Amino acid sequence: MSQETAGQRIEMSELPPGSSEFWRFMRVFLSRPVVIFGAIVIVAFVIAAAFSGSIAPYDPLAQDLTNRLLKPGQQGHLLGTDALGRDMFSRIVFGSRTAIMVGVVALSISAVIGMILGLTAGYFGGITYAMIMRFIDALMTFPPILLALTIAALLGGGLFNVMIALGIGMMPGYARVMCGQALSVREKDYVMCARASGATHARIMLRHIFPNCLPPMIVLMTVMIGVTILAEAGLSFLGVGIIPPTPAWGSMVYEGYNYLLTDPMLSFTPGITIMIVVFAFNMVGDGLRDAIDPSLRGTI
Amino acid sequence: MGTYLFRRILQMILILIIVSAVVFLLVRLLPGDPILMYLTRQDVEGISPETVAKMRHELGLDRPIYVQYVDWVAHVVTGDLGNSLVQRRPVISDIKQRMPITIHLGLSAFFIAVLLGIPFGVIAAVRRGGWLDQVITTFGNLGITVPIFLLGILLIYLFGLRLGWLPIYGYTSPFEDFWLNAKQIIMPVFCLAIPPITATLRLTRSSMLEVMRQDYIRTAWAKGLRERAVIARHALKNGLIPVITLNGITVVIILGGSVIIETLFNIPGMGRLAVEALRSQDYPVIQGVVLFTSIIVTTSNLLVDLTWGWLDPRIRYD
Repeated sequence: MSQETAGQRIEMSELPPGSSEFWRFMRVFLSRPVVIFGAIVIVAFVIAAAFSGSIAPYDPLAQDLTNRLLKPGQQGHLLGTDALGRDMFSRIVFGSRTAIMVGVVALSISAVIGMILGLTAGYFGGITYAMIMRFIDALMTFPPILLALTIAALLGGGLFNVMIALGIGMMPGYARVMCGQALSVREKDYVMCARASGATHARIMLRHIFPNCLPPMIVLMTVMIGVTILAEAGLSFLGVGIIPPTPAWGSMVYEGYNYLLTDPMLSFTPGITIMIVVFAFNMVGDGLRDAIDPSLRGTI
Repeated sequence: MGTYLFRRILQMILILIIVSAVVFLLVRLLPGDPILMYLTRQDVEGISPETVAKMRHELGLDRPIYVQYVDWVAHVVTGDLGNSLVQRRPVISDIKQRMPITIHLGLSAFFIAVLLGIPFGVIAAVRRGGWLDQVITTFGNLGITVPIFLLGILLIYLFGLRLGWLPIYGYTSPFEDFWLNAKQIIMPVFCLAIPPITATLRLTRSSMLEVMRQDYIRTAWAKGLRERAVIARHALKNGLIPVITLNGITVVIILGGSVIIETLFNIPGMGRLAVEALRSQDYPVIQGVVLFTSIIVTTSNLLVDLTWGWLDPRIRYD
């Protein structure tokens, strides 16, 4: 008994620190300070979105025309107030809710549709492949923002429509990557094995091919969150996205633009917030890529 | 090369057919009745169902959708995109007027992106880990993060409002007043160029790093070639192949950016036309802009592929 315990102890101490898969992952993932910074920003961003009500000191929609255009720090308004006297800090905090909602939902829509199309095209090949991928090629000739803008304008604005519009606009990228993955995975021996043992197409696709295509898709999704948030900001900057007065960072930049000469911070603060959050997602995406599969470097 | 060219052109035609169907259906299948919207906007008194039906018939919107599509395509290939519902003039005349402006800005941004992105990417790869690489990589990371409208606003604030060096909006034809035009487009072109510059330099860097690891590069070093010869003659040739394919995407990025930048800088190009048309639900114009944007992209993709096939014979025989 004691021998066994001792043996185990020796075994444990012989292993290099953190050799389990999880710790290896975390070690590579967090090896660069900039990734840690990104992770912290994302956590703060998620907390701000989840607990906006408790964090924001003021109601983000409450107008106070006697205290309009206050400079940052004046009268207890951390980031000042906008042209309608609304507290900028509270609007930024509530804006994170919009950003994360649009980001996550649009991302899910685009990822799900894109992956289904890509998987189908890559798995079946032949005429199915040709039809789906030519359609994707055609969609890829539209700039995503123009496609999303068109769909959003035709559906009418509003949070939900913007999510759908962005979801469709961002979809082709996923289909491309997924299709490439599926094409290579379907040639693997275990797929042939599954086919030989009589598995249905659906089963092979979902149980055998899909899980093995996931790693690059996860990396792609992390990077695309940033891109999606940027695109949403672009749409609401153009006034097509979120309907005011719902706080959205892009429309805050636009509203502040009218006061650029006297109060430039009205535009800069939300703009820089977008930048920091997108930067954080990109860095974490890079970190994830290095930890999941370094060979993807340069491709995603 | 002949077969390759032929095959690529066939593919391009196929893609354009799909694009036209998507553009057509996008506007028709989504909710919202253009006739009702048009009539409401005109404030026509007492819209009766008959008026609506009459207009629908006049515009041919009561026919089966595939008939409408074939009819639409038949008109489009002769350059007839219908009339704008708001301006009441042919869509094609608007596009003819505005496309050169977008192409002017876009091409400038494109060349800047290639001329800056590739050398910086090469330098970063060659001096990997050095301070130059660090500066360039940081710039690359920031460049894909900054919303271009924020960049535009920062530039407008600094150079337009604070320093007063550059006009903050408008577009004058370069044939009319070259210097004014140059001043007007510096900031917009810079904004448009930032995303493709960073994309180009990141890809060039990683592709060059990949190539520099190859055996033939080691051989080149080993036989005592100077650095310039190794980089320029041996590494660049293969290192730039992925970068050429990126150029197709660059065009998409720039055209997407021009939607925002032309609106911000008040430049009457295709991008702003799209935003104007979308705000007023002017669907023939929307169709026209989206279709022409797509044609520009498809054509440049063809050019990219031809360049690629010309540089890399393996592609032609694929």
